Amino acid sequence: MEERRYRAVSGAPIALRRRQHSASCWELAVRGPRLQLRSLSAVTSAVWLAAYGLFVLSESSMVLSAAIFITLIGLIVYLHFVKIDQESLLVIGSLGIQVTSSYASGKESTTFIEMSQVKDVVINEAIHMQKVIYYLCILLQDPQDPQGVSEVVPLFQSSQPRLDCLMEVYKSCQEILEQRKTAPQSSGIK
Amino acid sequence: MVLKVFFPSCCSSAESGILIGRWISEQNSAVILAVVHFPFIPAQVKQYLSEVQQVTKIKVSVLGSWSNSKQEKEESLSEFLEDLGTIFSHEPWIQISKERDSKFWSCSTLQKQSNSPKEEEIILVYYDQRKVMLSHLHPPLDTTPSTDHKANDASKLAAMFDTVANSKILFMTDRYDDGPIKLTHWQSDGVEASIIVELMKQASVPACMLLTFLLSLTSAICKRRMLKFWPLPFLWSKLSTCEQLGHRLQHLQVISSNKKAQNQIQLMRKANIFVSLLIDVALGILLMSWLYRKNRIGHLADTLIPVADHVAKELQDLLQWLMGAPAGLKMNRALDQVLGRFFLYHIHLWISYIHLMSPFIEMILWYVGLSACLGLTVALCILSDIIALLTFHIYCFYVYGASVLSLLRLYCLKIYGLSSLWRLFRGKKWNVLRQRVDSCSYDLDQLFIGTLLFTILLFLLPTTALYYLVFTLLRLLVVVVQGLIHLLVDLIDSLPLYSIILRLCRSYRLAAGVKFRVLEQKHGKPLRLLMQINPLSYGSVVQTYRLPTYSCYPKDSWTSLCKKLFFGELIYPWKHKGEKQD
Repeated sequence: MEERRYRAVSGAPIALRRRQHSASCWELAVRGPRLQLRSLSAVTSAVWLAAYGLFVLSESSMVLSAAIFITLIGLIVYLHFVKIDQESLLVIGSLGIQVTSSYASGKESTTFIEMSQVKDVVINEAIHMQKVIYYLCILLQDPQDPQGVSEVVPLFQSSQPRLDCLMEVYKSCQEILEQRKTAPQSSGIK
Repeated sequence: MVLKVFFPSCCSSAESGILIGRWISEQNSAVILAVVHFPFIPAQVKQYLSEVQQVTKIKVSVLGSWSNSKQEKEESLSEFLEDLGTIFSHEPWIQISKERDSKFWSCSTLQKQSNSPKEEEIILVYYDQRKVMLSHLHPPLDTTPSTDHKANDASKLAAMFDTVANSKILFMTDRYDDGPIKLTHWQSDGVEASIIVELMKQASVPACMLLTFLLSLTSAICKRRMLKFWPLPFLWSKLSTCEQLGHRLQHLQVISSNKKAQNQIQLMRKANIFVSLLIDVALGILLMSWLYRKNRIGHLADTLIPVADHVAKELQDLLQWLMGAPAGLKMNRALDQVLGRFFLYHIHLWISYIHLMSPFIEMILWYVGLSACLGLTVALCILSDIIALLTFHIYCFYVYGASVLSLLRLYCLKIYGLSSLWRLFRGKKWNVLRQRVDSCSYDLDQLFIGTLLFTILLFLLPTTALYYLVFTLLRLLVVVVQGLIHLLVDLIDSLPLYSIILRLCRSYRLAAGVKFRVLEQKHGKPLRLLMQINPLSYGSVVQTYRLPTYSCYPKDSWTSLCKKLFFGELIYPWKHKGEKQD
């Protein structure tokens, strides 16, 4: 298990944690920047100051209680549905690839892609706003056409690591995918 | 190739024995279903397995041995277990052994034919047998026999799920059953037999039969020729209550049909319809009990007439305002007066109609309120129809007198008239044969008349446009209210409540897939994974199991609606048969 520090496309610090459970099982987790107390308090105080200004103008205490509720609900929604703390990739040889994103509140959303559906894992180039960014994605096999790609599943969408970090992940993934390519021949002989 | 062993977590404390399950060779994985304990007679085990195989159509076989040594490791036992591999020939022979309470099991395979013992990597995947058995993978595969094999090849997890679900018969044997073979696998703790449930099961068959009979009777009455004369079907198609009743009748027919649901989707559809019907009726009865208490119907009827009067009064004021100089606009006085008088007369007619009705309104409401016991949706549809009837004057302003003086038609004509006259003004005309505008030389008198008409129409346009605008807005208001009511009805009709409740309480029943959790590792031991079921998200639950509805409200897009409004075409509140006409 090792942890390395990288930077995201936006320049925020991120940490890549690699963990090899066995020869054919890698776990790669990218941890994004944590929620800053500074930004949280800035947003809260801005909302409350605005509410207080309105209260002075309209002299109704409804505004203040509404502001409290809005900040509370907004915080819950932000932590539960928006802020992604960690995105991890579990690559298990001959079983599949599991993509997990854990939210700041602890909620986890997981998708598992079976190895038979995975065609390849590649790094793509994309133009985003005015710059070129790189992203890792899984190519899914088209069941009808063995050469075709039915879908592209982008990975690490919220943390957006830079190319050097993606290379590390890519190498680990390819290591396991290589095993798969050699394996069917041996079973074919049998 | 990596060997995968799917092991039921309930068997982890089983005593030593042999493992039975299914070997999926193309995926190099073994799905273990149960553990057979010592002592047993091999011939009996083989016979039992062949019996199971016949019933479940799954190739169940002995896959390997399982030793759970609580004391010191016994040399003799391990040798014995290896010997077992010669009795039950299986390739490869899987040996799993657990030492005392260690979490890490050692797992090895024996291959007799290959003389070079290849070091194979093994992954142990624990699964919850009960949850996997009860869950259904989404999206459901087509279970047509031709594509079955392809589907199995495509998805190894589906094959694994199928194996466990189909071997339900294996789990039926009781823990206290003194059969020749002792098995460990998932066992339900027994369902507590409830008298009420049993009675309901017994009663459901005659109830369904009675329902079917009643339904056939009603549909026979509905199909009588007497009800097929011209005005009636037209009326039925316009009243949303009738549509809703028809829809519910279809639902009842689906529920009471004694055909067994063929697959999971149809079963869920039946259950969803049943729950939605039940909730609908419950809400309707709740509404009825609220309405009939403390003479609320009477109060409602008493307030209805003044409200209608008030609306009419407001409309009259509006017309008076329009007949003057509305918002400082200078209108064509003569046309303005004619239009205004016409509408005033109309409102007068309407008020007298309402007053004529007023003694009967309470009685009508009382009887109409009874229909709420058929369901909230029916009551809402009736409300929508009542609104449509009570605002008939607004509708009339909008449509009435298509031949003579309908505002709408006038406006409609005008736009077309204006455009064609504008072409004449420029010395062009619309060529119908070629579908384009051609230039054309008109005579002098043609041009004179055309220009005159064009000028008159152009100057009258603001007056009619204003009337059109005001009444279209009123009409739109009514349409929006009706649309909201129908949206609510559609929501109750289409919401798959049973699936949502199932997702809420038994989230493993609707599986979108699986997720794996890596358990604690130790060097030299096989990789241990815990397979959990990934429940379907609520959005896709609703999407998958949404009940189809008839839609009452027009399916116009916003742009087409605006276009219709501008060109003065009619907007209907009810279902448009336009798909066929277009």
